[in-house]
Amino acid sequence: MEVKEEKTIRGASGVLRRISGPVVTAVRLEAHMYDLVKVGREELMGEVIKISGNDIIIQVYEDTSGIKPGEPVVNTGLPLSVELGPGLLKSIYDGIQRPLSVLADKMGNFIERGVSAPGLDRSIKWDFKPTVKPGDKVGPGSILGEVQEMNIIHRIMVPPTVKGGIVTFIKAGKHTIDEVICELDDGVKLTMMQKWPVRLSRPVVEKLNPDIPLLTGQRIIDGLFPIAKGGTAAIPGPFGSGKTVMQQQLAKWSDAEIVVYIGCGERGNEMTEVLTEFPHLTDPKTGKPLMERTTLIANTSNMPVAAREASVYTGITIAEYFRDMGYDVSLMADSTSRWAEAMREISSRLEEMPGEEGYPAYLAARLSEFYERAGRVKTLNGKFGSVSVIGAVSPPGGDFSEPVTQNTLRIVKVFWALDAKLSQRRHFPAINWLNSYSLYLDILHDWYAEHVSHEWNDMRAWAMEVLQKEAELQEIVQLVGSDALPEEQQITIEVARMIREVFLQQNAYDAVDTYCDMTKQFDMMKAIRKFSDLAYAAQAAGILPQQVMSVKSKNDLPQIKFIKEYKPVLSQLLEQMDKEINALRGGIQ
Amino acid sequence: MKEYRTITQIAGPLLFVEKTEPVGYGELVNIVLFDGSIKRGQVLDTSDEIVVVQVFETTAGIGRDSGVRFTGETIKMPVGKEMLGRILSGGGKPIDGGPEIVPEKRLDITGAAINPFARQSPEEFIQTGISTIDGMNTLVRGQKLPIFSGAGLPHNDIALQIARQARVLGAKESFAVVFAAMGITKEEANHFMADFERTGALERAVVFLNLADDPAVERIITPRLALTTAEYLAFTLGMHVLVILTDMTNYCEALRQIGAAREEVPGRRGYPGYMYTDLASIYERAGVIHGVKGSITQFPILTMPGDDITHPIPDLTGYITEGQIVVSRELHRKGIYPPINVLPSLSRLMNLGIGVGHTREDHKKVSDQQYAAYAEGNDLRGLVAIVGKDALSERDRMFLEFADLFEDRFVRQGRDENRSIEQTLDLGWELLSTLPVEQLVRIDRGLIEKYHPKFRKAPQAAAQAAQR
Ligand SMILES: Nc1ncnc2c1ncn2[C@@H]1O[C@H](COP(=O)(O)OP(=O)(O)OP(=O)(O)O)[C@@H](O)[C@H]1O
Ligand SMILES: [Mg+2]
Repeated sequence: MEVKEEKTIRGASGVLRRISGPVVTAVRLEAHMYDLVKVGREELMGEVIKISGNDIIIQVYEDTSGIKPGEPVVNTGLPLSVELGPGLLKSIYDGIQRPLSVLADKMGNFIERGVSAPGLDRSIKWDFKPTVKPGDKVGPGSILGEVQEMNIIHRIMVPPTVKGGIVTFIKAGKHTIDEVICELDDGVKLTMMQKWPVRLSRPVVEKLNPDIPLLTGQRIIDGLFPIAKGGTAAIPGPFGSGKTVMQQQLAKWSDAEIVVYIGCGERGNEMTEVLTEFPHLTDPKTGKPLMERTTLIANTSNMPVAAREASVYTGITIAEYFRDMGYDVSLMADSTSRWAEAMREISSRLEEMPGEEGYPAYLAARLSEFYERAGRVKTLNGKFGSVSVIGAVSPPGGDFSEPVTQNTLRIVKVFWALDAKLSQRRHFPAINWLNSYSLYLDILHDWYAEHVSHEWNDMRAWAMEVLQKEAELQEIVQLVGSDALPEEQQITIEVARMIREVFLQQNAYDAVDTYCDMTKQFDMMKAIRKFSDLAYAAQAAGILPQQVMSVKSKNDLPQIKFIKEYKPVLSQLLEQMDKEINALRGGIQ
Repeated sequence: MKEYRTITQIAGPLLFVEKTEPVGYGELVNIVLFDGSIKRGQVLDTSDEIVVVQVFETTAGIGRDSGVRFTGETIKMPVGKEMLGRILSGGGKPIDGGPEIVPEKRLDITGAAINPFARQSPEEFIQTGISTIDGMNTLVRGQKLPIFSGAGLPHNDIALQIARQARVLGAKESFAVVFAAMGITKEEANHFMADFERTGALERAVVFLNLADDPAVERIITPRLALTTAEYLAFTLGMHVLVILTDMTNYCEALRQIGAAREEVPGRRGYPGYMYTDLASIYERAGVIHGVKGSITQFPILTMPGDDITHPIPDLTGYITEGQIVVSRELHRKGIYPPINVLPSLSRLMNLGIGVGHTREDHKKVSDQQYAAYAEGNDLRGLVAIVGKDALSERDRMFLEFADLFEDRFVRQGRDENRSIEQTLDLGWELLSTLPVEQLVRIDRGLIEKYHPKFRKAPQAAAQAAQR
């Protein structure tokens, strides 16, 4: 598909025939699928989603109250597109890239309709530093130069749809995004801004194997169920189980260079929380404010559903754009179920034949198209970049057998299953360690061995085995009580409890525990394993499990979660552990 | 205004009207009956050929001879300060015998979405005087926190107790209350009204009453009228408003009824597929706005059909609101009031409103520790039923006893007992002190030494000794 020039197609103006909520029908309109149209006298934004005989069916991104049959409809002849260029970072947009700050300036605290606002600010002058000179040859996606956007080097690229040629003119210095900064020998003039139709993925040279983990600072993720850079993950869970907190944790702490966070049909206050909190947080690796690497898309549950449907596409297109500069981007979509419901709502207004649970038959196709836009790639300019996609899923009644969860699981490679039983016990993150999985374990194996420790993979396997074993033993405990278990198994239960309470539980609201790097994760797991080894040995030597379990150093171990400079404390605890358990053994001899 | 007599079909609450001039989507419609009386409706679908109108009252008396007038505007609510102290019908007409409301403004009842950029994070602690809420599921000003209850449980008493006792510490004025009843019985309504009158709360309240025998479809607009009023009081007049919506289950039933009449493809259990979006358009009308004085705090009440929390009504509500207070039949049977089960309850905004500068530094940790201990004790009850108390370890027995104590002392309180947050937290410590100190793994040492009764008594005793 070709990106069309912005101009109104002559004669492409029709009239409204029917209005039914967010879906309207126009007649006498020349239109193609997914054309952007202006509906009614107030020129509400809409998109053509179905053509049926003379009827052009349009989804409208704003409230349609008061719109009457007979009002005009104008086709822009362009697909729904986003503006890409300096100014994206730190912004908060609605589902169709209208900056919410600009909307607030224009119409106050409430979102009224009929106000248009471009995605990028035309008044800011950005200092453009060319990296090519006249006479250089450039092609689609080539980097023309750089702009320092806060802490990020924003690379200005030739749009992928431009054929390329010899640079005849390039202009350094301060420019707005709509000034021409470069000309090619075929007369093409380029600015720092480009547009891209949201429903179309941006081209790349090739997709690569995702063999580097996206480190998140969350122990259960990095430690047990890792996601790769360019990978896909789903977090399904009932309400209140921790999807949003986890998404926000990933937005804060994942070692991506750019973060795109989409609040799709969720709460207004959650977006406010991100807006108030992020500016005060700093990236643990770079020390830079987190907000400066972030773009937010907020189309909350009470904002128009059609714009909600568009929001995930707007988000992923922005993510791909930064990827094309050679960055690792992570994208969170909270919640993909609300997106699917928007599809369902529109589809039912179209009176389409429903598939499972009223969702349109193309639900699975849309979901997989979306997740396919993730990946680690070689970009058109030869750099390597990635988009990792993490989608929250909100199954009705917390039942994972429903269509959105099931269709998502068929595509994504990582499954973090949230569990209401855990969240009700305030075990957070409430990711069920028995049901969850990561299909990246094999491909990341070498990375962990090389960058964390050659012991790591073995230790991970050990921890999973203990947890598995505990689950089996718990079934017995439920019948006979824990005292009836053989001593050795009592120790297993205790070690599993330590893995759960010390390693897996992680408090997002604690200033230190909220982020845990790989070194600390390794040290913590190693400490637990050490206790385990000592405990089994002591038990074999005839010491009662209760005695081993109540040694002070073991009970103090959880404290290291909350200590930033934990190393001295930990080594002291481990020394003490040796002493205490040896003393017990000494008592026996 | 032109009057059409072109009704071709009446199906449930829907009228189909033909051959009209262009009619706007969502327009307010007046239907004129043969006796001159007027019923109200709204345009649901409009096209050149046919206009679909949803009537907000019973369609009794409407026929093909009835007149239909399109008013050319969406439904508006006349609002004003005078509304405080008034009782209105579910359709917004005064029913207390008082004069008509003289409007200061007429506002669109669907309201507009608050721009997320304009919102301010809610963070002011509201003390309700109920320990299970203040201590464990703290409410903050601007939050939407529903009560999930079941038929026959005392959710109304809890809501009333909250309305009576809710205070922001240090704030002089109390909350204004907007109360919207949807399909509740006359008896329940009387209970609310009597309490409002007894405590003088009515002076600062606006009451909307759609009772069980009022038209079900009217319930679609009742909460919207109430919230439009609340928004005016809060964001124009700068008041802090508490909105009680009861019973949202009846609202959802009305929504389902209209969906069925429109022959829409039904979603789960027959409720419309857009119910999430529809409920969000109600619940999201709560919050605090930057630079604006007032606020809206919402308390929707719903009865879970069959006590099933996965039923679409509580389920979709829980996905939108900022937590939930769950009323438990089991605790109610044990004779405990308020029978709030803290385990499935949650306040998502709690962390914003507690701790230093809000409540007390130990709040979070005490709450976490009580949760963990109660959950553990509660789990053990299942085990005891199978293996008996004797098979439990010493540790298990202590947790089991903690769970009983927690329900009896912390959860249980009087209908008029208004506990301060200090009392609630101290009570928490007192109960936790029945467990060995080394079991309090969720609380750091520093706080234990400062607040644990064992450590507190010592310096007190020393101080007393010194005095003598
Ligand atoms: N890692 C964590 N640490 C501490 N508390 C947590 C953590 N994760 C979740 N919580 C608690 O659980 C509550 C609910 O989490 P969250 O809002 O993320 O749920 P959710 O799954 O997004 O629900 P919904 O589907 O309704 O949006 C939070 O408000 C917080 O109190
Ligand atoms: Mg959420």
